[in-house]
Amino acid sequence: MSSTLAHDDAHAAHHTSLPVDNRKLAIWTFIGSECLFFATLISTYLIYKDTHAKGPGPKDIFEVPLVTAGTAVLLFSSFFVVMALNGAQEGNRKKLLGWLGATIMCGLFFLGMQVYEFNHFYHLGLGYTTNLFGTSFYTLTGFHGTHVAIGTLWLMTVFKDALKGRMPPAKALNLELAALYWHFVDVVWIIIFPVVYLMSLRS
Amino acid sequence: MSAHDNAAQDGHSHTSAGKYVQIAVILFALTALEVLLYEVSYGELSHAAGGLTAALEPWFVEILLILSAMKFWFVAMFYMHLKQDIKPLSWVFGFSLVIASVVIVAMIILFAYTRGLFWADVPW
Repeated sequence: MSSTLAHDDAHAAHHTSLPVDNRKLAIWTFIGSECLFFATLISTYLIYKDTHAKGPGPKDIFEVPLVTAGTAVLLFSSFFVVMALNGAQEGNRKKLLGWLGATIMCGLFFLGMQVYEFNHFYHLGLGYTTNLFGTSFYTLTGFHGTHVAIGTLWLMTVFKDALKGRMPPAKALNLELAALYWHFVDVVWIIIFPVVYLMSLRS
Repeated sequence: MSAHDNAAQDGHSHTSAGKYVQIAVILFALTALEVLLYEVSYGELSHAAGGLTAALEPWFVEILLILSAMKFWFVAMFYMHLKQDIKPLSWVFGFSLVIASVVIVAMIILFAYTRGLFWADVPW
């Protein structure tokens, strides 16, 4: 009797007056707050991007081909994760694992690219405290990279569940929540790529 | 509970893999256009493009922002399923984007204004 009630309570906890799981509403609300977080970082960068009397500026260090590759990889990963979700919803474990593994690899590649980029910029003379351009640039892209790292770890936990056969179609929402976060990280980069890199390279 | 019932409970039906491929192609095409726009306006192709460079350069920022907004819209609507999901989720996201845009514009106007004032040159 008591175990039945406990089960009913747990089941009821996932339903709201909206026809959507409350975890999904929670992740969208969280994504909304993240929009404001990145808005402040992007505006700070736009204000200080030309403040580099000492040390290198954007035109001295940015390399379009490298960042374009990183952008392409993130776009690939967004496509891969929806294909993984498609596999989870169909109950196709092989498809789920394949596409999810590819998404995780893209996340790791992007992080590797960012580590290389930061290291390269540091050796070109742009430290975190060299000038306000450097500070605002490293803060913005560093926080984005941190989000990519968290997203990659989250996807790895879902991958582990899928590997152990704990991801039936009824639990596809677990992957959908992680995928929503991952897509948000992607759309932030969709803004950062032109605003931070391409616009800053104008003569 | 079947996968279909689960989808109905989540508030949207499943998108086909073919649709996801179509969106991916559009996203890559838009990214290629962004890079091409930069190369024609300021990069390697700017010397060869001549008249096209002169025509695009004044509109560089505007075109880039439009292309980015299109990519953003495609990802949010189709990959994040806002097109199929219940409307309140779109309102939550849309409202946040409006406030975020106001924050960016307000900060830039505020700093542009204070930099124009004589006391803003003081090294605080």
